Amino acid sequence: MIGVSKIKQYSNVLDKPLSKGKQEVSLSAFAFLFSELVQYNQTQVDNIAELERSRLEDAGYAVGARCLELLCHREKGNRRETRLLGILSFVHSTVWKVLFGKVADSLEKGTEHEDEYMISEKELLVNRFISIPKDMGTFNCGAFVAGIVRGVLDNAGFPAVVTAHFVPMEGQQRPRTTILIKFAEEVLRREARVG
Amino acid sequence: MATTASFIIVSRNDIPIYEAEVGSATKREDAAQLHQFVLHAALDIVQDLAWTTSAMFLKNIDRFNDLVVSVYVTAGHTRLMLLHDSRNDDGIKSFFQEVHELYIKVNFLQLGCSVHVLVFHLSIVEKN
Repeated sequence: MIGVSKIKQYSNVLDKPLSKGKQEVSLSAFAFLFSELVQYNQTQVDNIAELERSRLEDAGYAVGARCLELLCHREKGNRRETRLLGILSFVHSTVWKVLFGKVADSLEKGTEHEDEYMISEKELLVNRFISIPKDMGTFNCGAFVAGIVRGVLDNAGFPAVVTAHFVPMEGQQRPRTTILIKFAEEVLRREARVG
Repeated sequence: MATTASFIIVSRNDIPIYEAEVGSATKREDAAQLHQFVLHAALDIVQDLAWTTSAMFLKNIDRFNDLVVSVYVTAGHTRLMLLHDSRNDDGIKSFFQEVHELYIKVNFLQLGCSVHVLVFHLSIVEKN
């Protein structure tokens, strides 16, 4: 047949290699899929908090958990992260690079509390094509990305509460999105013990 | 050369998700229970040791008679534990690496649940 290329057929999904494959996915396809995800969940829940937390974040959590295993194997040559700063820079650089094509804009340590860290992004990919109506208050679709981060941290052994917030910037129309990470007590205790 | 070996995969929440006897020696009836017991007893040691190093392969963390426990900890803190009597470190390391790749692929299907996939089992047995 004309134009048919030879694609190796694997009889079994476990035989397929874990190679990098195609690095790029269509942005419009992703935006469409994500908007459908949000709209579908909107019909399933009664209030915003539930939509944000239980639906979007949990969807992100599943992604994060799988990402952690795969990326540690592919990118980091099978070295685990055992330190707080290590896992944070892993999320900030490696995870962001693979998921969004660039490293996150900034990683900051909170000034008020010891256990808070913030990853900021000028324009988060999932928020780029979404506008929030006034009556939804502080709802932020970045909860999906917050879920991804929580999935990575939780499975690496650094349990944390992760949320997404809009931070208005002077001189810019669209607010910046900040992912706030608040680590659990045991993480700080273990860090103090090891470090 | 006949080797005894028992292999389990324990998830992050201490739930065993896979067990197999992979040695080539003839299996005694009570051996399987003993192996399981020794492997579970080694879990505490692994937990402490995992936070001291960033390597994934931890060898010879515990001993019982002439059997030795080696562990491979993945990024998500899933422990691949092997109870064996051989001294072939490189062979064991490559066994763990192959199982790790299979595990990552299976992980995409279901997080943390029991792995009943027959193909997975056969792949494990033939790898040894």
